[in-house]
Amino acid sequence: MENNNKPYNFKKEMTTKKDRFVPGHRMCAGCGGAVAVRSVLRSLHEEDKAVIGNATGCLEVSSYMYPYSSYEDSYIHNAFENAGATMSGVETAYNVLRKKGKIDDTYKFITFGGDGGTYDIGFQSLSGAMERGHDFVYVCYDNGAYMNTGTQRSSATPKFADTTTTPAGKVSSGKVQVRKDLAAIMASHGIPYVGQTTFLGNFKDIYTKSEKAIYTPGAAFLNVLSPCPRGWGYETSDMMEMCRLAVETCYWPLFEVVEGTWTLSYEPKNKLPIEDFLRPQRRFKHLFKPENEYLLNEFQKMVDKQWNNLLVKCNL
Amino acid sequence: MSIRERLSGNEAVAYAIKQINPDVMPAFPITPSTEIPQYVASYIANGEIDTEFIHVESEHSSMSAAIGASAAGARALTATSSCGLALMWEELYVAASNRLPVVLALVNRALSGPININADHSDSMGARDSGWIQIYAESNQEAYDNFVQSFRIAEHKDVKLPVMICQDGFITSHGVENIELVEDDLVKGFVGEYEPEHYLLKSDEAMAVGPYAVSNYYMESKKAQTEALRNAKKVILEIAEEYEKISGRKYGFFEEYKLDDADYAIVIIGSAAGTCKAAVDHIRVKTGKKVGILKIRVFRPFPEEEIAQALKNVKSVAILDRSEMFAGTGGPLGAEVTAALYRAGMFKEVVNYIYGLGGRDITVGDFEDVYDELERMAKTHEVRENFKYIGLRE
Repeated sequence: MENNNKPYNFKKEMTTKKDRFVPGHRMCAGCGGAVAVRSVLRSLHEEDKAVIGNATGCLEVSSYMYPYSSYEDSYIHNAFENAGATMSGVETAYNVLRKKGKIDDTYKFITFGGDGGTYDIGFQSLSGAMERGHDFVYVCYDNGAYMNTGTQRSSATPKFADTTTTPAGKVSSGKVQVRKDLAAIMASHGIPYVGQTTFLGNFKDIYTKSEKAIYTPGAAFLNVLSPCPRGWGYETSDMMEMCRLAVETCYWPLFEVVEGTWTLSYEPKNKLPIEDFLRPQRRFKHLFKPENEYLLNEFQKMVDKQWNNLLVKCNL
Repeated sequence: MSIRERLSGNEAVAYAIKQINPDVMPAFPITPSTEIPQYVASYIANGEIDTEFIHVESEHSSMSAAIGASAAGARALTATSSCGLALMWEELYVAASNRLPVVLALVNRALSGPININADHSDSMGARDSGWIQIYAESNQEAYDNFVQSFRIAEHKDVKLPVMICQDGFITSHGVENIELVEDDLVKGFVGEYEPEHYLLKSDEAMAVGPYAVSNYYMESKKAQTEALRNAKKVILEIAEEYEKISGRKYGFFEEYKLDDADYAIVIIGSAAGTCKAAVDHIRVKTGKKVGILKIRVFRPFPEEEIAQALKNVKSVAILDRSEMFAGTGGPLGAEVTAALYRAGMFKEVVNYIYGLGGRDITVGDFEDVYDELERMAKTHEVRENFKYIGLRE
């Protein structure tokens, strides 16, 4: 079923294809999560049906508030920590019912979770589903904190971020720990496809990675940086700019791991200083006090180290 | 002709699963229910059934996957015990509120701590408010018979609720007994194909499961669950009647053992009823005292009026709980049966006993003591303590 050679046509994919995540949901203006869902679902082939899964979080409470669903396809939300296991059950049911001749249609399975439902409380369920190799895509819309409950830190929150449970204060510089490298952990499961992406330019990167993830047989994981205006503190109109800065500073590198082979998707021509990504965000405001310059330096070193490690993995 | 066999309770339930040939079984091992998924895995390995097994990494995931599979339109089940059920707790409520006919083979075991692998009812009693139908067995035969009936009840259009088929850990799950199995084709015909009305993979309609429902919808959804549970009473009896035709065995909400003319009654759930029956026979022969038993089979929905009616003519009642509810007032069965009598306007001497926690034995002698106490209570109209313990070391 692999169909990765179709050329990407921005006009066709973005303007003429019918949306499968429809307007009327209650996500915030400037929210990356909604864009992630819309972008990923757009890469579904029109003739295929889908079941969309969802961990509890902003997306769930904003897109299926009884009796209104924002999805053209079938949709299931179960709980916070079990989107992986729930979709395992759906996908297995599909296999049995198809084998028994009760279903003829082709279905694809995609489940969405925020970083709370994916890196943290849903980690075990996700790991189990990936290890078993169910044929579905788990998409993490990573906004770097528990935004649905009001910006508490997660293991995806970057070091030094000011969150409501790691507030910057007189004796605190925000979160103490570095963020978990979930894409690498997922790649270590030996699954056929892992991609890390976000929204850039004409959306080609997220479109092609989503299509690969969906149409590669077996388990796939997609990590999508999805800025949150409330949690990060940027102007809602700057969502795309936040993504661009995250990529150009190498804070959020774009890469994929296909059958264990790491490939960098994009290398900035002029790597921007991390300050450019941090400055527009309220959660890093404390780093720009004159006495905290050493924290900015530390942040830059952290990003450089992670970037260099990635280049090694990608044989660059 | 029915099949005569010698099977443990776990084997008997696994055999019923084989006969039913369900679609999806996610399961995670936990003593003493582990054998059930093991047997099913071996049926699959030998090509005897079409069931897909999901090797989940926890019981929370086994119930989560069963919910996903059931919502997708498959007949789904799992098995567990004790802490496994506790880990599923959140998901039990989700299965019931989504009105998914999942079946759970529960092998009752004490909850931690201290950790203990033996029988009591603290696991299923802890889940009594989760919206599941709960059916209990005294013997391996009953565990098998209840399981064969389970999907019919769960999937009935007036019910659509998950069902928990309970049996006592080790006592029946590992004890081997003579058993009569119904022939494969009769079971298949009785259970039938699962044809849900709405499901995720239905070709001509998309469906959404598991909404966020705010205050103006939530309460009605809960009321609908209660209605379905009340409907289940009629359905459980209808299906039992139908099952009697293929098995020759009769089932109701509860079994009345020599209760017709009894002056003194014990109300009990599960395997200990067998020992209690031996005590009743012994007392009746030895002393002529009219003693009887009301053995609960269906605890959810709770057949309140029927229980009260069945106890109408007895002088005093002892309600035996194999779990605590830590209210400081006894056990859950004690509270509910006492309330049933009160609501029916029957004021008689009632005492609640806690017994058998963590697999503590209960003997014929213990039951004889309980009947002696019932006689004393009826004669003196005096209840010394509302609840007490059997077999507790002082």
